[in-house]
Amino acid sequence: MSEKLTIGFLPLVDACLPILAQEHGFAEEEGLSLDFVRDVSWATVLDRLLYGHSDAAHMLAPLAIATTLGRNRPPQPLSAPFVLGLNGNAVTLSNALAAKVAPTDSLGDPRLVGAALAQEVRELAARGEKLRFGVVHRYSSHSYMLRYWLAACGIRPDRDIEIVTVPPPFVADALASGEVHGACVGEPWNSVCVERGVGAIVLATAQIWRRGVEKVLALREPLLEDRRPTIEALIRAMRKAGRHFVEPENWQDNAAILARAEYLDGDAGLIMRSISDRLVLRRGGEPVHYSDFMFQYREAANFPWVSQAEWLYSQMLRWDGLAYSAQDAQAAARVFRPDVYRSALMGTGDVLPGASSKVEGSLRGLTSVTAQQGAMVLSQNSFFDGGIFDPDDIPGYLAKLL
Amino acid sequence: MLRCNIAGMRIAIVDERAARASVIEEGLRELAGCEIFVLAERKGLLARIEEISPDIVLIDLGNPSRDVLEEYFAVSRALARPIAMFVDQADDQAIGASIDAGVSAYVVDGLHASRIRAVVDLAVKRFNAFARLQADLAEAKGKLAERETVDRAKRILMDSKGITEPEAYAELRRKAMQSSRRIVDIAEAVVTAHELMGK
Repeated sequence: MSEKLTIGFLPLVDACLPILAQEHGFAEEEGLSLDFVRDVSWATVLDRLLYGHSDAAHMLAPLAIATTLGRNRPPQPLSAPFVLGLNGNAVTLSNALAAKVAPTDSLGDPRLVGAALAQEVRELAARGEKLRFGVVHRYSSHSYMLRYWLAACGIRPDRDIEIVTVPPPFVADALASGEVHGACVGEPWNSVCVERGVGAIVLATAQIWRRGVEKVLALREPLLEDRRPTIEALIRAMRKAGRHFVEPENWQDNAAILARAEYLDGDAGLIMRSISDRLVLRRGGEPVHYSDFMFQYREAANFPWVSQAEWLYSQMLRWDGLAYSAQDAQAAARVFRPDVYRSALMGTGDVLPGASSKVEGSLRGLTSVTAQQGAMVLSQNSFFDGGIFDPDDIPGYLAKLL
Repeated sequence: MLRCNIAGMRIAIVDERAARASVIEEGLRELAGCEIFVLAERKGLLARIEEISPDIVLIDLGNPSRDVLEEYFAVSRALARPIAMFVDQADDQAIGASIDAGVSAYVVDGLHASRIRAVVDLAVKRFNAFARLQADLAEAKGKLAERETVDRAKRILMDSKGITEPEAYAELRRKAMQSSRRIVDIAEAVVTAHELMGK
């Protein structure tokens, strides 16, 4: 008898691991049978998780932390024992704005695009106008990455430009109608904008933070404790799915599976772009290769580093205008559960980091790090502005940013 | 009975499915004395909400505008117009029931819980009633489609074997009993095979 788990998700490429774990039989190998519930808004995915319609969910990492801390609703402790992927999002601008600030055939340089955008923002301000950008949710890495980039380029979000919420499936409409001038969203929705001819991709979020944490698998903490062996089995199944996912010979098949009506209900060709790190930036353009656009599997990419949760918490303070609280910082850090990830994969031969936290943005090149199991080499993980996040000094980090 | 409780309350119903919205609206009309606004359009939603300034927003669980709405509430709270989700923890069961029914509610902070309950309970009832209606309709549609398939299979058998309609039906039934399947499954196989053979 296989154990059943119901998993909530939004139609995005980075929901791939649980879906492929089920479709390729990795879940079954681990004694699991996965059912899926698709929604179109994160609020719904979260409600279903909190009220037991789903056992686990594809979730924005900052939303899992915000829910635990009780932002905008009473606190409910969530746990994230597995990161579903790093990066995989992009900044897409309306054609007119892209032509002004990123007039190249390749992805822009974040500093140059930022400087040109700052110039545009100043010119508009002189005429009493403001640009408006869309992000998928207030508590999303999209919001934090976009804000990080803009602020480092001298554009103060909420003051110099407006940032509004636009659900991923409606980003292309919002660009087409002029409701927003740009957006930061996951795939395949940037590619949908390009195909519809309503916008151009100018940056990948991987250019802002080379190893930025993206979605997590989130569960209610009590459920994790109750069904710990089942969740550990799911982690093993998703690691197997990840190994399959990064092999080029599987890309076509996986794109076709994800494109199916019950999953992303989209175009396999568009989904293939992010899977293969080859994005078409403007309609009719040639595909541009950008390595690690969406980072999966390698370098223990799915390991929930506590320092990633702490960076997200620092950005929550920054943009919600809240003061540092040691208690909240601890609660936020505790959402990420490297201990569960470790016990799931101990003895499988999979690589396991020796530490649970790292100084984010500090690696300039390939670096060997201590591993508990296997050999561990991490590559460059820098922020585009050279910033370094030491999780032991969040207030000091914020003081430098503001 | 409910009159004194909810007099003057402004309730916004957000649902892109106009049919369901009107079922909810009709149900809430029982609550005499409150004003009800139905918002079926995604476009301009926030501006309408701002204009209406509701005490309660009822929105279907899966509505694509929920994240947009929550963002608006979070920001407007900063502007001292506090709206929060109906999440009094003591009322966890009630929220669970509303989530199960497929409705979520956002209410002005500080509104008395019993007043909210009256509205949300009614909305849940109407949502459930609507879901039952939908299920009945789907079942009726399914039955109709099944009958059409059986009719087509009968016609194929009549044409190809030169038998009568009762004989064709008897043949389908015999095959179904032999293989312990439903008649409609056999009929479907006949229709598919016929299509594959190029008619």
